[in-house]
Amino acid sequence: MSAEFEILAIAVVTAVAAALPGTYLVLRRTAMVSDAISHAILPGIVVAFFLTHDLNSPLLLLAAAATGVLTVVLIEALVRSRLVPEDASIGLVFPALFSIGVILISRGASGVHLDTDAVLLGELAFAPFHRLTVAGVDLGPAALWSMGAILAVNAVLILLAWKELKLATVDAGLAALLGFHPLVIHYGLMSMVSVTAVGAFDAVGSILVVALMIAPPATAYLLAERLGSMIGLAVAIAAAGAALGWAAALALDVSIAGSIATACGLVFAVAFLTAPERGLLAQVRRRSGQRLDFAVRLLLVHLLHHEGTPEAAEECRESGLHRHLGWRESWTRRVVAKARQRALVDRRGGLVLPTDAGRHLGDHAVIGFSD
Amino acid sequence: MELFGDYTLRVVALGSGVLGAAAGALGSFAYLRRQSLVGDALSHAALPGIALVFLLTGSKAPLPIMLGAALAGWTATLAVRLVVRRSRVPYDSALGMALAVFFGFGLVLLTAIQKRPDAAQAGLESFLFGQAASLLREDVVVMSLLGAACLVALAVLWKEFKLLSFDSEFGSSLGRPMRRLDGLFTLLLVVAVVIGLRTVGVVLMSAMVVAPAAAARQLTNRLATMVGLAAGIGAFSGVTGAVLSSVVPRLPTGPTIVLVLSTVVVLSLVAAPRRGLLWRWIRLGRLQPAAALDPVLMHLYALSQQHPGEPDHGHPLAVLRTMSPAGADLDRALADLEQRGLVHTVGDTLWAPTPIGRREAEKILDDSDEVSP
Repeated sequence: MSAEFEILAIAVVTAVAAALPGTYLVLRRTAMVSDAISHAILPGIVVAFFLTHDLNSPLLLLAAAATGVLTVVLIEALVRSRLVPEDASIGLVFPALFSIGVILISRGASGVHLDTDAVLLGELAFAPFHRLTVAGVDLGPAALWSMGAILAVNAVLILLAWKELKLATVDAGLAALLGFHPLVIHYGLMSMVSVTAVGAFDAVGSILVVALMIAPPATAYLLAERLGSMIGLAVAIAAAGAALGWAAALALDVSIAGSIATACGLVFAVAFLTAPERGLLAQVRRRSGQRLDFAVRLLLVHLLHHEGTPEAAEECRESGLHRHLGWRESWTRRVVAKARQRALVDRRGGLVLPTDAGRHLGDHAVIGFSD
Repeated sequence: MELFGDYTLRVVALGSGVLGAAAGALGSFAYLRRQSLVGDALSHAALPGIALVFLLTGSKAPLPIMLGAALAGWTATLAVRLVVRRSRVPYDSALGMALAVFFGFGLVLLTAIQKRPDAAQAGLESFLFGQAASLLREDVVVMSLLGAACLVALAVLWKEFKLLSFDSEFGSSLGRPMRRLDGLFTLLLVVAVVIGLRTVGVVLMSAMVVAPAAAARQLTNRLATMVGLAAGIGAFSGVTGAVLSSVVPRLPTGPTIVLVLSTVVVLSLVAAPRRGLLWRWIRLGRLQPAAALDPVLMHLYALSQQHPGEPDHGHPLAVLRTMSPAGADLDRALADLEQRGLVHTVGDTLWAPTPIGRREAEKILDDSDEVSP
């Protein structure tokens, strides 16, 4: 496997691993916690590094994951004190932890390669250089193995706790009532987010972790109706976004992590505009359809009101309709055309007259919009 | 005051102080509107704007770069607003997505810049991670002007922003342009964030918006006081952090400012009068037995409010019993209250609160904890 395809494999595996817990973050409205965790793990990494003096020690990942959980505990404690709202609690905790990390680095690790930029930005292009070798045999990039393991654990945990996670996400009160311990589920999910963020950050950087955890599930949320299909879509979209971003980065020779984040954003934008039911275009089309429909009913009410009266010859003359209804001429033509197409009106001798179907609809339009 | 003779320190401290004041004052409104994390999103989203301006003009002059940053941040908030209004994606997801996607795009642009032969991009990182020590006098002049403009706009539109924060729906019903005001408020917040990027960097900027407001909120229930306190706390932390980091070697300015701020927040969470954890603990300890009596007193007070001008209008035990949970020991509660001089009997069987009891009840009602305009 060439380095390029190893990078692609790492990116896809990371994207899928992140999309799994990300789906629950989006549904539980705790998406910003992923941002907080991915920043706040810095001091954990630094402290573990001071203890081990080895950047590749597994203790680093363990300490980072523990710091991620600590972040959630601190946020929860602040929220529970009822002194600070949730969003502000997040905004208080992670900058403080991040600051501690930065200060620790600049006080103790000068001359040692431990950059804040590296943690924040990550460089996927270097990931294939760290290889996993067992007994002298090259087994491929280490990041692929670690992210693969995290992906497997995430998938197994979600399958095992499917019912519990679902209920606690949809109705935390009912879950508590049935003895499902929503708090345990919450912390379990947050641990999953922490471990995933930690595993991903040194391969792809913390900002991309946030993009991968939120954007594909949010895109899936626009398209899916059921939790199962939402997760399936999120996984597919995450993989597609990672591949798309990877290809673009190769073609343009730019940051792979940044390119994948951008691709995920673009995929969301496309879904946001064109989703069949909920997309922006579908909304606009539906609204203009409703507007035309309402105008047709209004036209029928007007015609029925004057039907059989002496003024009908003037009020129902097609060329004068726009003046009586106070509409623009072009709009009036469109409304009449629509009404004729639906066989609600007829044209006779320059007059617009309701058909039987039109009379029926017009009568009901006045009372209510029962169609 | 040898310290403040230092030119660099004076510039840095002044810049940090201005930033703290502007971010603190505007952050108070964001805090009350549950939009504390907008600062975080804005500062990340500024990156592509900075990179684009540099890519197009090749210059690192502070004003164009700030303008680019502000435009990008502003675009991100518009995108968030559109997504939240027009889809079922929740606000926090939209915010996090805008943050990460804009930042990712900024990274793409940055790597594109680095490939150019004339890549004088060093210094762009200072916008990311903050490099207060590199602040120049011109930067601080621009920062101060922008910060002052924010505060003036806040003062001029005080009433409107108050309406926006407390009851935006009511504002719309009065025919006020609440959507445009919301946009204007975000614009001011964008300006404050952009001022801060050079000093404290992207990640820590969110603390400058949230922390002063969170600390001030513990100390007061009034908006004007809260905004003033937040601006003061922000300015104080900015200056203190700048001074500390210049006195202690190898102490970066941005994180130091944030840790000073966090300390102030922790102190006010613990020790704030009437609201803090310490206060709560003491009051709970002291009032525990009285708390059981309070409902009976409150019921009697509520009943007596039905008869204004008749302070001695009594009510029978049966009425109180229907208002209390089943099995409540009303006789004992009333005896205790009577002993403390809070209630008295009227005739043989009727009860009414004494003037002291009424004052006590009003004090309990007064203890509510909402922010008032």
